[in-house]
Amino acid sequence: MADLRTDLHAYRTLLTARVRAQTAYRVSFATDVLGTLLVGLTELAEVYVIFHNVPRLGGLTFAEALMLFALANISYSLADMLVGHLDTLPAFIRAGTVDAFYLRPLPLLAQLITSDISLRRFGRLGVGLVTFGIALRINEIGWSGRNVVVVGLAVLSGTAIVAALFVCASALQFFLVDASELTNGLVYGGAYASQNSTQVFPNPLRVLFTYVVPAAFVAYLPTVVLLDLPGATLLPAWLGWCSPLAAAVAWGVALLLWRAGTRHYQGAGG
Amino acid sequence: MRGQGWRRDVGVFWVLARAGFRRYSTYRLATFAGLVTNTVFGLIRASILLAALAAAGTTIAGYSDAQASSYVWWSQGLVASVGLFGWSEVSDRVRSGDIAVDFARPLDPQVAYLAGDLGRAALQALARGVPSVAVGALFFGVSAPQGPAVAALAVVSVLLGVVISFGCRYAVNLTSFWLVQNRGVQLVYMVASGFLAGLFVPVHWFPDWLLVVARCTPFPSMFQAPIDLLSGRAGLGEALPILGVQLAWAAGALALGQLLTRRGRRVLEVQGG
Repeated sequence: MADLRTDLHAYRTLLTARVRAQTAYRVSFATDVLGTLLVGLTELAEVYVIFHNVPRLGGLTFAEALMLFALANISYSLADMLVGHLDTLPAFIRAGTVDAFYLRPLPLLAQLITSDISLRRFGRLGVGLVTFGIALRINEIGWSGRNVVVVGLAVLSGTAIVAALFVCASALQFFLVDASELTNGLVYGGAYASQNSTQVFPNPLRVLFTYVVPAAFVAYLPTVVLLDLPGATLLPAWLGWCSPLAAAVAWGVALLLWRAGTRHYQGAGG
Repeated sequence: MRGQGWRRDVGVFWVLARAGFRRYSTYRLATFAGLVTNTVFGLIRASILLAALAAAGTTIAGYSDAQASSYVWWSQGLVASVGLFGWSEVSDRVRSGDIAVDFARPLDPQVAYLAGDLGRAALQALARGVPSVAVGALFFGVSAPQGPAVAALAVVSVLLGVVISFGCRYAVNLTSFWLVQNRGVQLVYMVASGFLAGLFVPVHWFPDWLLVVARCTPFPSMFQAPIDLLSGRAGLGEALPILGVQLAWAAGALALGQLLTRRGRRVLEVQGG
């Protein structure tokens, strides 16, 4: 118990330091937040441009697509804030400084995750939250007990799934130091796919982005449950309730990959 | 004498361009990885556009299924060459002070980096562009330019697209002279350029007001313009106006870069000896 308190205290001290460091240069910090805010707004603009041309896309109306967009963006920015900095791992590996982490009495993954928090992602999170508010209104969704549970599960599992994708990508860096794009294809492709209705995909890609890379569980399937929409081929409506299961499996795979990666790693000497 | 100096500069430019080409061809696995990513994103983008066309039940802004698919695969082929993914090499050198070394060289830094960037673009056109378009052509069908004359002009248009993109990226990088951390500016630029260039949805699908906004920026000239020529959407009649607009943007972007280089040179302070 005392150990846990010490650890939490250490984490808090570290995060406070990171927060102070990130906000020290005001103008740079402001442009950073503004940057991620604009990322969110631009993605919203993409949705708008497509719906400017068609009344429905992938079985969703514009209002329904806004809910999907909101859930996807909230989960993505939370995951990015918490573990997005894992993408610095290749730099540590190349510089050989990863060795120092191995010597400390805490698992490598825990050290890396708790080493930073990216406050600038608040910009994009803001876009997600505001869109969520609007989507609740125009879809006429009330705060019933069921809906609170659905939204809570969606955000928790969605964040966990995207975070697991980041961990997978990072774990593979132990094997492919200079080929991070090989994993980007599935990880960022999966993240990109998760922001769209899974129904836009032809069947083989539906299987890929639902049952292999669990992108559909991040936002599309929870949206179907929340808005009481009908299911589609390969995507039954009840699957939305399985998001926590998908998150658990994703983390299982991520941790196995991470373990294989850390064991594969051999120090750079020196 | 003057003629000789000019010839020497062209020689240096050529050497730097070849160095840029070789630098990016060293990482074979990375290049292959990029191709895989390109293909996955191409599949997702094609799915979205085709689903939209199916929902519309008709063409959108003149795009049929075949044209939408051509648009996606030509653009996946061009995206790496045009460099819509962001680039911070010069920024990093300004921050570290290494830019002073570039200033000490006999060749203007903007020209030197342009040479390297053209080399990089050529390598990525061969290593990522051609295979991406080939994958698209093989599995989805990709339409070609309207005749050999347009094809030749399309190549010029791609080249101009790369030059415009380089000019803008270089200018954005130079904001580092005035900002401690210009990551925010870089991010805004990357996102705005991708969207307004037509990386996610063709510019022709934009509502009228957004189309006007896009046309007031150099972004459609980097990307949508060469794709219109490559995919056969624009013919010989439209080619010359397209190239004219591109030339104007290229000149403007390079001029802005020159101006910022000169201003930045005055504010640069490098410590140590």
